Amino acid sequence: MSQKLIDAITDMREDDALKISDEMLKGGTDPLDVLEACRKAMEVVGQRFEAGECFVPELILAGEVLKQISEKIKPLIKERAVSVKKLGKVVIGTVEGDIHDIAKDIVAFMLDVSGFEVTDLGVDVPPIRFVEAVQETGATIVGLSGFLTLAYDPMKATVEALKEAGLDDVKVMIGGGQVDEQIRQYTGADAYGRDAMAAVTLAKQWIGG
Amino acid sequence: MFAIPENWNKLTPKEKQEARLNSWVSAKIEFASSEAEQGYRKRAQMVKDVVQLKKPERVPVIPWWGVYPAEYAGITVQEAMYDYEKLGMAWKKFNRDFMPDALVSAALIGPGKVFDMLDYKLYRWPGHGTPPTTSYQCIEGEYMMADEYDLLITDPSNYFMRLYLPRVLGALGPWQMLGPWTDIVELPFVGLSLIPVGIPPVQQAFKTFLEAGQAVMEWISAVGPIEGESIAVLGLPSTIGAFTKAPFDTLGDTLRGTRGIMLDMYRQPGKLIEAMERLVPIAIDMGVRNATANDNPLVFIPLHKGADGFMSNKGFQKFYWPTLKAVLLGLIEAGTVPYLFVEGGYNQRLDIITDPDIPAGHTVWMFDHTDMKEVKKKLGGWACFGGNVPGSLLKAGTPQEVETYVKQLIDDVAQDGGYILANGAVLDDTNPENVHAMIDTGKEYGVCR
Repeated sequence: MSQKLIDAITDMREDDALKISDEMLKGGTDPLDVLEACRKAMEVVGQRFEAGECFVPELILAGEVLKQISEKIKPLIKERAVSVKKLGKVVIGTVEGDIHDIAKDIVAFMLDVSGFEVTDLGVDVPPIRFVEAVQETGATIVGLSGFLTLAYDPMKATVEALKEAGLDDVKVMIGGGQVDEQIRQYTGADAYGRDAMAAVTLAKQWIGG
Repeated sequence: MFAIPENWNKLTPKEKQEARLNSWVSAKIEFASSEAEQGYRKRAQMVKDVVQLKKPERVPVIPWWGVYPAEYAGITVQEAMYDYEKLGMAWKKFNRDFMPDALVSAALIGPGKVFDMLDYKLYRWPGHGTPPTTSYQCIEGEYMMADEYDLLITDPSNYFMRLYLPRVLGALGPWQMLGPWTDIVELPFVGLSLIPVGIPPVQQAFKTFLEAGQAVMEWISAVGPIEGESIAVLGLPSTIGAFTKAPFDTLGDTLRGTRGIMLDMYRQPGKLIEAMERLVPIAIDMGVRNATANDNPLVFIPLHKGADGFMSNKGFQKFYWPTLKAVLLGLIEAGTVPYLFVEGGYNQRLDIITDPDIPAGHTVWMFDHTDMKEVKKKLGGWACFGGNVPGSLLKAGTPQEVETYVKQLIDDVAQDGGYILANGAVLDDTNPENVHAMIDTGKEYGVCR
């Protein structure tokens, strides 16, 4: 059954995926095993995205399926202490002055399903809030998103603010439509990524995974 | 206004285009000097030449701007949107100092006061949700619900009036109470059909709407002379005669939002396609009508959600391209020139967009992150293209690096015409020395040899 669920999700058969997950739960499958199948399916979708075989609509749809199944499972497992070991902590947000969130949301989602604990600060986030969030969560990775050319200077300011706060060990990745190697150098960030899977790959490298 | 000749219906698309472009190149404008007039005609002729795939005198240099002229002139974007005197000072200065080959338009910055009055929710703008120095920015959402496709398909104008506009313009919220205008048909029922117009909140919404109209007149009577002065004194033609959109983007940007439309691709593909087809004649009309009114055949079309990564080529061919192609063909048929601003990357799409049904010499494609050598290979001899100077280089590079980049670009793709030198993405923040380097190098090095 698990494989059938994985296939339904990765083939983008939403109705089938929901039906199969219902059947699994009714048939007594451990809800955590259903979740694990979803996680594996997302891993496949992520790999296909990285390989240029699937794209944003598929990420969104698969995410939507995962959300619906998770909501069904939540009440079933709330009594059980679920301790999933996270790979690492990431603070993410769209930098000050920029309110675009679509790409940032996709990156946050892919990091989350890849096993990271993600603190999403939202959009138009001033440098100081990134600093505070890193201090509060102990995150070792910061992701800065920005769609406009106006995001360049706030990205730079955020990298500087982290350094000034003594958070030199925190790795910073930047991304967005107009971000490239030149802007990475300009802002002083550690790396830039073209898409959500690049962010996952970078994050895994940085935590030594 | 472009005067449509009597034999119009007998002309071929090529002849119609020639007539429209000639009218634009020879526009009757009271120029401040003969030098300005010559400059205008020369610049417009270069654009006409590249559109028609002829070798121009030199490569036209037409960068695409956002709100940077405000910062350049030392004002905030907020001031530019609300204080038309400052707007004029800044945009006139920008055109004068940089002298690109086309007008950098102050009209596109928009009247902040009008958006305030109407409580525009689709965007945030400086002083109204974003800091005073930033650009306006879109707030994507589901302004059309997933189950409303049939309403849109049945009557798009009615849908806009009674559902979409009341959602994105808060002051017009009461318009939801209106009945469709198509109810008003026979005497015994006209009175009854008009009852909603008398409801106090609806009356208030119309009053606000009329006041917004007045505020728009104040704005355009300030902006008109700003543009007029730059055109008449500097001889800069406008390369935006009209604006329209790809149907997928109309739905994805403003109605359903990215998430909504991408789920629709899987959950209700038939309805999505039907709705886009319904929007085709509307998009064509929007382009042709305004191009005629402005006596300028260049129809600006920004492309958003069909870029590389947004969907597969299969998805692009099924969802994005057919209705965009239909819009392009309609615009071409009417003699106008689609001027596509291709945001993001289109490396995977070049074989699809170079569709044999689209005739050569009728479209302009401005690229951002697309490999220009490939573009040249695929589009050369078929369509004019341009763009590509990175915003990152213009912000963080040196003038020397910009010069080298531009020269290489011209060597690679511009030598036999059909190319427009421009930056890739909208520029809101940049380095003025680098912009000078781009424009000056283009003008000096871009002489076709």
